[in-house]
Amino acid sequence: MALLEITDLCKAFTAPDGSRHEVVRIPRFTLAERTQIALSGTSGTGKTTFLHLIAGILTPDSGTITLDGQPMSALSEAARDRLRATEIGYIFQTFNLLQGFTVLENVLLGMSFGPGADRSRAVALLERVGLSQRLHHFPRQLSTGQQQRVAVARALAHRPKLVLADEPTGNLDTANAREALALIREGCAENDAALLLVSHDPGVLSRFENQLSLAELNQASAPGGVR
Amino acid sequence: MTLWLIVRRSLRQHLLSSLVTAVLIALAGGLLMSVWAVRRQAHATFTGQSGGWDAVLGARGAKLQLVLNAIFHLEASPGNLPYDDYLAMASNRAVAVAIPLAVGDNYLGYRLVGTLTNYFSTEYRKGAAFRVEPGGRLFEDGYREAVLGSFAARRLGLKVGDRFKPYHGLNFDPKAQHEDEYTVVGILEPSNTPADRVVWIPLAGLQNMSGHDPGAAADVSAVLVRLRTPIAGQQLDMLYNRQGNRLTFAWPIAKQMADLFDKFGWFDSVLTLVAWLVALVATGAVMASIYNSMSSRRRDLAILRALGARRRTVFAAIVLEAATIAAGGMILAYVIYLAILAGASAVIRAQTGVVLDPFQPDAVLLWAPLAMIALGAFAGIVPAIKAYRTDVATGLTPES
Repeated sequence: MALLEITDLCKAFTAPDGSRHEVVRIPRFTLAERTQIALSGTSGTGKTTFLHLIAGILTPDSGTITLDGQPMSALSEAARDRLRATEIGYIFQTFNLLQGFTVLENVLLGMSFGPGADRSRAVALLERVGLSQRLHHFPRQLSTGQQQRVAVARALAHRPKLVLADEPTGNLDTANAREALALIREGCAENDAALLLVSHDPGVLSRFENQLSLAELNQASAPGGVR
Repeated sequence: MTLWLIVRRSLRQHLLSSLVTAVLIALAGGLLMSVWAVRRQAHATFTGQSGGWDAVLGARGAKLQLVLNAIFHLEASPGNLPYDDYLAMASNRAVAVAIPLAVGDNYLGYRLVGTLTNYFSTEYRKGAAFRVEPGGRLFEDGYREAVLGSFAARRLGLKVGDRFKPYHGLNFDPKAQHEDEYTVVGILEPSNTPADRVVWIPLAGLQNMSGHDPGAAADVSAVLVRLRTPIAGQQLDMLYNRQGNRLTFAWPIAKQMADLFDKFGWFDSVLTLVAWLVALVATGAVMASIYNSMSSRRRDLAILRALGARRRTVFAAIVLEAATIAAGGMILAYVIYLAILAGASAVIRAQTGVVLDPFQPDAVLLWAPLAMIALGAFAGIVPAIKAYRTDVATGLTPES
């Protein structure tokens, strides 16, 4: 059974001059449970918009996104928030950790809006990513590699069924990128989560058995167009 | 739990502006509570401060001046009345007790009041009569002896056995010293009444002080009156104020003071208005402080939303943060309130002898903090709306 099913997905943005620019047009995309897929996409192929649409952060102009049997277009914004808090983990290129919160609190917040904070699970996850000695540090006190490991732990904290990773190694050096990628893949596998990762890095993409090109998938006239 | 964590961390991230805003709230809240409490306590204390007397008889003049002079030992006497008027009042069957007072001299600014020793045995409050501190005694009529109120004794640095020469007039003039020398024979225990600020001497002593008009030696400045029944006040009011035109009978005492407060009602309202305006300005500061930090919070709010926080959650977090700043400020406001009330109490005591109690329970100490916290939360609504409207996708985009 498909965990994620996308049909005729369209998203356009209005440019400052008033013209409409189509950024995403994906006729069909599916992702099975516990599957790991890498989408190759260079800058401007609409990959962040695509992931935001799946996460319910953006709403499509048309088409359907069905996650775990729930058609997202039929959900209210609050219900989409709830779905994101329970079913989706999101790993960003820039980590997007909350700077005023400790490492442990960042991970706890990853659960708070969904199943509820579980301190022992948060600690276990941080131990799993090698940060057991950094629980009460703040993100600014960590290296970039360590920050991305916190982001991985946070994305997995609420036992999501789907993890979205947007250029998760884009800000890391080669060694840290390799380590982070391994953690993401292992973490998803250990937590029975499917992984949809987008990257432009051939070194990252080559590690996936399942690869798709977003440029081929996305038939939009001006992908990535307007921010 | 999560909300509170978000609020605590946000307060820590914006510690300086939060502290400054909380101090503003504290000043405003402290001022508001102080104005309210001083006003209420002063009104209650002054209108309830009769020294145990029902009325004052004096020369023809304003009743308020008579009360201020005879009960609060403030203001000048409106004039003297013959001793016979005192005797007439004292022998009136409607009168339980009548005590004459004579004023006109001071010692280093503290008023000398001549009276009879039975003044001290009259209860100034139910169950409370004046008592002399151990080692002292009351003065004896016909001797140049003095008994000092506790506050006057402390301020003047006089103790039993000390001698002093009074000065003429109610205000201290170093050139107007009398030749008569008085000996302190007793210090009264604190009564928290205007009597604490007085240097008490025998009635005859003041009447016959060197330099005083011998023709007025038998006069008194006022007569304190305690009635047997309240109805007697109306009879005496009729007798002295309506049928006579030579004397004034100030009754009831509380009404004269209430009238005084009524006259200053506008000042009261202005003070209260100012306090509320300060409170509103402080509330505005809460709004400005949080609102100005919203651009730096944009990313954090977007991250929270991306993690699944609902719009109403981030809205509530901002409102709760504003309310928390106000609550923190109001805790400090109690300290400011106590400081202001202690200061005001010291000044009022020094000027009138009346004591305000900073620790006296007052409803304002409950409702003012609640009102300020509510105002603080209200002030958080505008920035909270901005947080509510945060665009997640835009907020997640790193700022270059």
